[in-house]
Amino acid sequence: MTIHLSILIFWPLLLALLAGLSPRGIAPVIALLGSLVPLGYAVLLLIDFDPSARGLQYVTDDKWIPDLGIRYSLGVDGLNLWLVGLTALLFAASALWIALRPPERAKLFAVHFGIAETAVLGAFLAQDLALFVLFFDLMLVPFYFLLGQWGGPERVQAAVKMVIYTLVGSLLMLAGAVALAVLASPGATPDFSLAFLRENLLGDNTQKLLFVAFSLAFLIKMPAFPFHGWMPDAYRNMPLPVLAVFSGVVSKVAAYGFLRIVLPLFPAAVDDWQLIMLILAICSILYGSIQAFTQTNLRLILGFSSVAQLGFIVLGIFALDAGARGAQGALLQAVNHGLVVAPLFLIIVLLAARSGGSEDIRDMGGIAFRAPVLAALFLIVTLATLAMPGSANFVGEFLILLGVFDSKLAIALIASTGVILASVYALRMYIRSMHNRQGPAVTSFEMSVRDALVIVPLVLAIIAFALFPQRAIDAGEPAVQGASQAVTGSAR
Amino acid sequence: MTPKAPVIDWEALSPIVALAGGACIVLLVGLLRSRFVRAQVTPFLALVTLGTTAGLVIWQWGANTEIVERALAIDDLTLALTMIFVAAGIGTVLLSWRSSAVVEAGEGEYYALLLSSILGMVVLVAAQNLVAVFLGFELLSIPLYVLCATHMRREHSLESGLKYLIIGSVGSATLLYGLAFVYGATGSTDYAAIARAAGDLSNDVLLLTGIALVVAGLAFKASVAPFHQWTPDVYEGAPTAVTAFMAVATKAAAFGVLLRLFDVALIDLAETWGPALATLATITIVVGNVGAIGQSSIKRMLAYSSVAQAGYMLAGVVVSTQLGVRATVFYLAVYALMNLAAFAVILARERETGLGDHITALYGLGTERPLLAWPMTIAMLALAGIPATAGFFGKVYLIQAAVNNDYGWLGVVIVVGSAISLAYYLRVIAAVWMRSAADAPARPPLPTGARPAIAGGSAEATEAAARPRGVVQVEIVVVAVVCAVATIVFGIYPDPLLDVARDAGAALSGLV
Repeated sequence: MTIHLSILIFWPLLLALLAGLSPRGIAPVIALLGSLVPLGYAVLLLIDFDPSARGLQYVTDDKWIPDLGIRYSLGVDGLNLWLVGLTALLFAASALWIALRPPERAKLFAVHFGIAETAVLGAFLAQDLALFVLFFDLMLVPFYFLLGQWGGPERVQAAVKMVIYTLVGSLLMLAGAVALAVLASPGATPDFSLAFLRENLLGDNTQKLLFVAFSLAFLIKMPAFPFHGWMPDAYRNMPLPVLAVFSGVVSKVAAYGFLRIVLPLFPAAVDDWQLIMLILAICSILYGSIQAFTQTNLRLILGFSSVAQLGFIVLGIFALDAGARGAQGALLQAVNHGLVVAPLFLIIVLLAARSGGSEDIRDMGGIAFRAPVLAALFLIVTLATLAMPGSANFVGEFLILLGVFDSKLAIALIASTGVILASVYALRMYIRSMHNRQGPAVTSFEMSVRDALVIVPLVLAIIAFALFPQRAIDAGEPAVQGASQAVTGSAR
Repeated sequence: MTPKAPVIDWEALSPIVALAGGACIVLLVGLLRSRFVRAQVTPFLALVTLGTTAGLVIWQWGANTEIVERALAIDDLTLALTMIFVAAGIGTVLLSWRSSAVVEAGEGEYYALLLSSILGMVVLVAAQNLVAVFLGFELLSIPLYVLCATHMRREHSLESGLKYLIIGSVGSATLLYGLAFVYGATGSTDYAAIARAAGDLSNDVLLLTGIALVVAGLAFKASVAPFHQWTPDVYEGAPTAVTAFMAVATKAAAFGVLLRLFDVALIDLAETWGPALATLATITIVVGNVGAIGQSSIKRMLAYSSVAQAGYMLAGVVVSTQLGVRATVFYLAVYALMNLAAFAVILARERETGLGDHITALYGLGTERPLLAWPMTIAMLALAGIPATAGFFGKVYLIQAAVNNDYGWLGVVIVVGSAISLAYYLRVIAAVWMRSAADAPARPPLPTGARPAIAGGSAEATEAAARPRGVVQVEIVVVAVVCAVATIVFGIYPDPLLDVARDAGAALSGLV
């Protein structure tokens, strides 16, 4: 029993409230402080974590609402360790970015930003189903406000669309979670703890129904084809530093939800629905990739490339191969994608500043000419995005495909085209903006120290992760295998 | 032989006596000529009455006695609901304090009517005898008909009162007719005796007709679809403080009597009325949520939202288990908090902007008045069932109760309804935070056109009522902030409220 995870989760919230009450000038600084402490904690966690131990570490487990059977239960294992680190890193980077370029009404911004970090960290660390659902739904509220108040011209409609789309899924999941807990403990007070639910699986038919409720919530949140309807509007209008964490982290909560909840709790249903999920994943990969190399707005290129990347992650999760390599790749890829997409969104801000405010690649071109450092950093991130051999993304995609080749050959063959498509859209994005003939409104200049302060550490993180992916894989191995083999072991 | 005087349990009767006595005193004090006494002392006395009642309720907690020849049960269910009425009453008195409706109607009368309406609610939820049910029902309704019309020179208010009177009377008549049928079929007006007789009468046409009529009569009061049509019009027209009271307290009273009637007297017929009520709940959830979309008057929107919320709570009645009772009581308490916060903000903006309850009155609230903007935001998020507000656990509890008794599909209906409801709750939040006051039209969109002239109403008075009257008054902000904070606190630590709900559920000992 430790208090550390609680501090990690609620520190940003606490400082956010403080920022809300503080004078306007220092609110962003307090918000930054609110995200630096979790980052420090996360780094300590990564160092201190014992990869050889099975089960949860740093467990906090206390009764919260006994009448409803909800416990306040947190813990870290290989599944969420690196995702917590990713969350803390991206929020800290984004908070630094905001502190260096304070938005209007900075106090309110800081409040919502802090709530967002608390909600995401809570969702990753919760070991009680009701607690997870609570944080998962709560996550939406601050992003709704951040999008609706600080977003682009169509921000209000985009925000409403995003909330309704994603909450439809989340609310179904809420009903599913309650049903799951009630049905798993007949005649007694329901128990939402994941450990209890893993021991008391439901009948096959109930599992199938609940699987649909949970998967729908996660697929919408990701978003995966064909549930991505809210994504273009939201991505077009969300402020970019917010979008960096939103795209980098929030979609990972959904992927994580599959590994933490769906695979262990609905093994029979996962086995039945595997093919459909794989087909959805393939559709996401192909549709996302094709959209990504036809769009011209940089935000949408990245948005649809995220759809494709998340398709890969789903593919890995549902590969269900004997060695659970697909799931390991998926987990690694979740961290990778977060690491690359966040700096890319921040780079869009810099590109737009050089192309007369436009975020359209047709208005860009030739920016690399006078901005070699920016171009170099952008290139590194782009190459990581397209899974260049040597990057951690390559390892991730490789493991995913390896897993799928093992279990479903035909699907793997189609999916591998996605790797090629990724290089098409990533290189197109890079070449059209940085090289080519200089656009009419483009005035290229080098990035400032202020920008480098945020982007360089993120790129360094990508490089470091490319050098040592094994560390993340090792840490995740027992937990991922446990999750994946809950299905392969019980159903076959 | 001397005749023996009936035993009167004064202790158990004390909350009722306090309310009745308080109403009389307030009425008499209101007759004094002094302006100060009428404007300041009467509301204060009303608050004292309500405070005393609350104290007596806490004193009587757990006593579980039956009084007046077992016609009234002063058990924890009654007391829990009484606390909701008292809270709503206190909120209403504070919101009405400096309202023009009170001055027009006469302070003494206004507060005395409010207190007697609360008295009626207590009798209604305590009743376990058909006669007492009707007594409480009328005592609750008649003061409300008058209260709705207390903006005496405003057409809308008069129309609202008249409409409520006519439709409410139809509801009362239906209920009375139904009660007579139930008595005819079972031969008793006492709940326990009805329960004994009803077990053998599951196919009795007389009894089933009676139950159907009773449901219809109570559904009018609880604004359950398809008996909800009066709700938006009456809510919109009544003075906002009265609307808040109706939305919160009347709803709680109607559900109190539904719980006791169906889960005590008619519990053996649960398989007959359960599916019927479940269907009603579904219709109510759909009608309420769809109706609320696109309303530009916030009071109308909240009226439809209250219809939808009635549907959610009906699910707690349908399942007829301890868990269902608890979930309903919990939700009623939470619902009271959220609605009081929302109505307080509406009232503040009505007085401040002169835009009435139109949604444009909320434009720019976030930057201008954070102390009003946050309560409104929290209230809307809680009504939608977003986590970290008490509304979330309210929904979780209701869904748990539904799934627990094989009404899982009703749980799905509840969440689908909540999803639809976001469309209009978010619209309010967007108005608060994402629009600026400059977007609002300069003059209020006053109702125009050939409306039927209602005696006493005048267009000038309507316009005068809509005129802005300066600063927001502090008591309104206090109501809004206290309710919003309570919504958040119970959303993080709902245990105290859950304990109350559990005791209330235990009062209906016949349930599993």
